[in-house]
Amino acid sequence: MKYPTQKIALMYFAVALGLFAVQVSMGLLIGWIYVSPNFLSEVLPFNIGRMLHTNSLVVWLLLGFFGAAYYLIPEESERDIHSPFLAYLQLGILVLGTLGVVVTYLFSLFKGSLLFGFSGREFIEQPIWVKIGIAVAAVIFLYNISMTVLKGRKTAITNILLLGLWLMVLLFLFAFYNPANLALDKQYWWFVIHLWVEATWELVMASILAFLVLKLTGVDREVIEKWLYIIVALALFSGILGTGHHYYWIGMPPYWQWIGNIFSSLEVAPLFAMMAFTFVMVWKGRRDHPNKAALLWSLGCSVVAFFGAGVWGFLHTLHGINYYTHGTQITAAHGHLAFYGAYVMLNLAMFSYAMPILRNRDPYNQVLNMGAFWLMTAGMAFMTFTLTFAGTIQTHMQRVEGVDYMSVQDQLWIFYVMRFGSGVAVVIGAYILIYALAFPRREVVKAGPVQSHKSAETPAE
Amino acid sequence: MSDSDESGGESDFYALPGDLMMWILIISELLVFGAGLLAFMAMRVTDPAGFTAAQGHLNATAAGINTVVLVTSGWLAALALKASEAGQVARVRLLLAAAASLGMLFLWIKGMEYAGKAAEGINFETHTFFTFYFLLTGFHALHVLAGIVILALVGWKASPRNLEVGTAFWHMVDLVWVLLFPIIYLLR
Repeated sequence: MKYPTQKIALMYFAVALGLFAVQVSMGLLIGWIYVSPNFLSEVLPFNIGRMLHTNSLVVWLLLGFFGAAYYLIPEESERDIHSPFLAYLQLGILVLGTLGVVVTYLFSLFKGSLLFGFSGREFIEQPIWVKIGIAVAAVIFLYNISMTVLKGRKTAITNILLLGLWLMVLLFLFAFYNPANLALDKQYWWFVIHLWVEATWELVMASILAFLVLKLTGVDREVIEKWLYIIVALALFSGILGTGHHYYWIGMPPYWQWIGNIFSSLEVAPLFAMMAFTFVMVWKGRRDHPNKAALLWSLGCSVVAFFGAGVWGFLHTLHGINYYTHGTQITAAHGHLAFYGAYVMLNLAMFSYAMPILRNRDPYNQVLNMGAFWLMTAGMAFMTFTLTFAGTIQTHMQRVEGVDYMSVQDQLWIFYVMRFGSGVAVVIGAYILIYALAFPRREVVKAGPVQSHKSAETPAE
Repeated sequence: MSDSDESGGESDFYALPGDLMMWILIISELLVFGAGLLAFMAMRVTDPAGFTAAQGHLNATAAGINTVVLVTSGWLAALALKASEAGQVARVRLLLAAAASLGMLFLWIKGMEYAGKAAEGINFETHTFFTFYFLLTGFHALHVLAGIVILALVGWKASPRNLEVGTAFWHMVDLVWVLLFPIIYLLR
């Protein structure tokens, strides 16, 4: 750690990891409701559990991005964060808002209240006061990092990161706009989470991956920047109009079917480029960095993002196919692998790289960390396959044969049992990872002479 | 190992005229228009009679004139690049102004075509043929508009490198039209 204010990131990562534990635990719980539908139906209805599962995911990913920004911007800009106080204030507001959301959801408080009650639009159910808090925290964040970057060295990595984060915050403002017309409501609703994951978060992802690859492989900055610009151009070119694939059946003009079709098919390109990028850079590497866990997560992130977001997204993006698969378990399969591959693994790569440095230790517990990588990734892959098979059967029975919804769900029971099993693996993996990042002080398995030799000669950076 | 070996295959990219990012954009655009034309032809297979009947409403003569207009404009832009390499800035600007004017003429003729369709009561939803007709030619027309802006920008900062970047885009707009015209207006 070169700059003291990078330490801010540690608090963000800690809160993010806590919410990560909440998110996967809640996932396991609602996974069980699929197996046994009356489980906790009075105490914690499925819709509340699902809100907590998705909302805590989004919040911890955002906290991870904020932490990553606070970690990498000082190093890139070669100066300390403009105001550490504002950074902690921002975290405080976000934590307060998150607690408010959890309490409001769990106890169904303030029903019907515009300001305090939850507002029903999927993923942006937060009460208005929390939304305002998020917006204020976001503005504080943008001010803080923009001031830091403006005063310091400007690099492609910080430029792209800032562009992604600024656009993300601007798009969040559409969460406040809720027209009475249902088609218009949906049109703007897709601007928030989905234009994030298909455009602005891809910029964040590309720049964080570029930073990690720069540090881990030691390849020339010029080479990395060239790749970064290509990836970003492809992501914006395909992703913005590609969001048209959400406009197929919401009452928008039918030409959106073709716009969505064509552009979203091209969304595979930036994801493929990112995968090629990480592997080519490792191949060209000039440095044998001892933090193998961070490298594993970085490579894994680009691969699983390509499959989860790229391949599984393309699977049902053409409107002729989506007409049948829309809203089936195919969507759930894609959603899980895409979020895990693109954004969960990206954050875990950053945590695995930065936390040992922030805690002033050499890379440690690589074995536990990498074990958690394989357990979680294998669990997630298994879950994706079971949900894909479940979705295929569901599509055929329900949408082609016309069997009613609940009868089809009965037939899918065996897949939900298997999905629950894979969920158990993911959750155990997540707990192991959190433990490996946060607690032990030494490697659990003694390294052989080659690895300890490398660790000794290449200090962590 | 020397530095040139380090970059390996990437050195070929630097040999491209203009800027690498423009070529990324051009390839992306060609993929989009290519996919659109493929989808158009695939949909025509499902309803050949309907597509032929709809195509009868198009003004192939106007589109033919537009082809000549746009290709001539591309030729003027190419001359502008030559002039820029010879350092004749005034000639560059004159040629680019002529190229951009022909671009505007293209848009005017296109606008007359659209007005004719509107007068007949034809819109996006009249027939699948027209969905594609308006999407593809409309999207192309937007690129002509963007191209005119780009020609103006590179005419303002008229370095040979900028000219390469700007005219590469303009030729792409040309190329796309030369693909759209026969497939949408002529092919039966």
